[in-house]
Amino acid sequence: MENLNQLTQWEVFIQSKSGSPYEHAGSLHAADKSMALQNARDVYTRRGEGRSLWVVPSDCIVASSNEDAEEFFDPSEDKIYRTPNFYKMPKGSTNI
Amino acid sequence: MSTQEESLKKFQQRIDADEKIEPRDWMPENYRKTLIRQISQHAHSEVIGMQPEGNWVLRAPSLRAKKILLAKIQDEGGHGLYLYSAAETFGVSRAEMIQQLQEGKAKYSSIFNYPTLTWADMGAIGWLVDGAAIVNQTMLAKCSYGPYARAMLRICKEEGFHQRQGYEIMGKMMNGTPAQREMAQDAMNRFWWPSLMMFGPPDTESAHSAESMNWKIKVESNDKLRQRFIDRTVEQAHHIGLTVPDKDLKFNKETMHWEFGPINWDEFWTVVKGNGPCNHQRMNHHIHYHNEGAWVREAASAYERKISAN
Repeated sequence: MENLNQLTQWEVFIQSKSGSPYEHAGSLHAADKSMALQNARDVYTRRGEGRSLWVVPSDCIVASSNEDAEEFFDPSEDKIYRTPNFYKMPKGSTNI
Repeated sequence: MSTQEESLKKFQQRIDADEKIEPRDWMPENYRKTLIRQISQHAHSEVIGMQPEGNWVLRAPSLRAKKILLAKIQDEGGHGLYLYSAAETFGVSRAEMIQQLQEGKAKYSSIFNYPTLTWADMGAIGWLVDGAAIVNQTMLAKCSYGPYARAMLRICKEEGFHQRQGYEIMGKMMNGTPAQREMAQDAMNRFWWPSLMMFGPPDTESAHSAESMNWKIKVESNDKLRQRFIDRTVEQAHHIGLTVPDKDLKFNKETMHWEFGPINWDEFWTVVKGNGPCNHQRMNHHIHYHNEGAWVREAASAYERKISAN
């Protein structure tokens, strides 16, 4: 019975100030959404680290794997024309 | 080359290139096992470490001191949770880890098997024990396993105040009455050597070191970390008038290190094997309150089942 008392695992994301991206902080156990939010506040933001929190059930996260990283990200490797430095600007042009 | 050998070679290349290993990546079985053992024992240490300090919450000498002590103990609980979460990334359950602790199969840091006899011990623990832990954990923040390294970074940030509040207590007592100074020196005498033992056996006798260094589970040796702690701490002791209880202690001007006397490793192994002053008390306390809280875990689980059925 004890082994079943693990509750759901949640991942915690913290936004440190208004406008900043939400960054992964760690995980925790909780029975529902509001318990997950309260636990996240108590475990991860005891020193004003956050102004907003996301909690997501861990099994809802889909991740790519390191082993397949090379093939998976291959399509973006040979497209340097997607970056500004690829282009030669006319001599003497400014503000571009 | 077999697939296994090839994977191992790739793994070592990633480690050598200072890449971090993440939970879903391929890893040698022994890397996984070593880290589960190390991270879970680290988590247990944080949780058991709440007990010696809990002993003084109701007897703290001022409201300020009490608030600080409570905040510190709450941090230790939080650090335990970060670390259990990091260990869980290997698929091991928290219930399993706690069971191993309670059955004596998993250890925790021996330092917490010493009693806290006076208020000065709160100073000595914060300053020396957390000070030693910070030296160790700053090294572990560079560990090759991503979730562990990230937990360590967070913990190191929070523990800065732990060490400073401890040193503040010691400094205050050394500025107090002769009885208070005596109390502070007594705490120093009792906690100095066990703090040095926290870094583990000497490099020549450390069983897990070579492989762990190779895989960057640890990136510096026990002896090197111990020396760093001594060099930092001896001057702090002298600064507030405390004597380091080591008659062989002397500064070597060539190496710029403090040389110290022999550590009593027999004492260390006695405590590790379960015969320290408080081993039984710590474990009985943990089991007692774990069982007493069973109804809370059951109620939360029942609630979770109920809402997921709807």
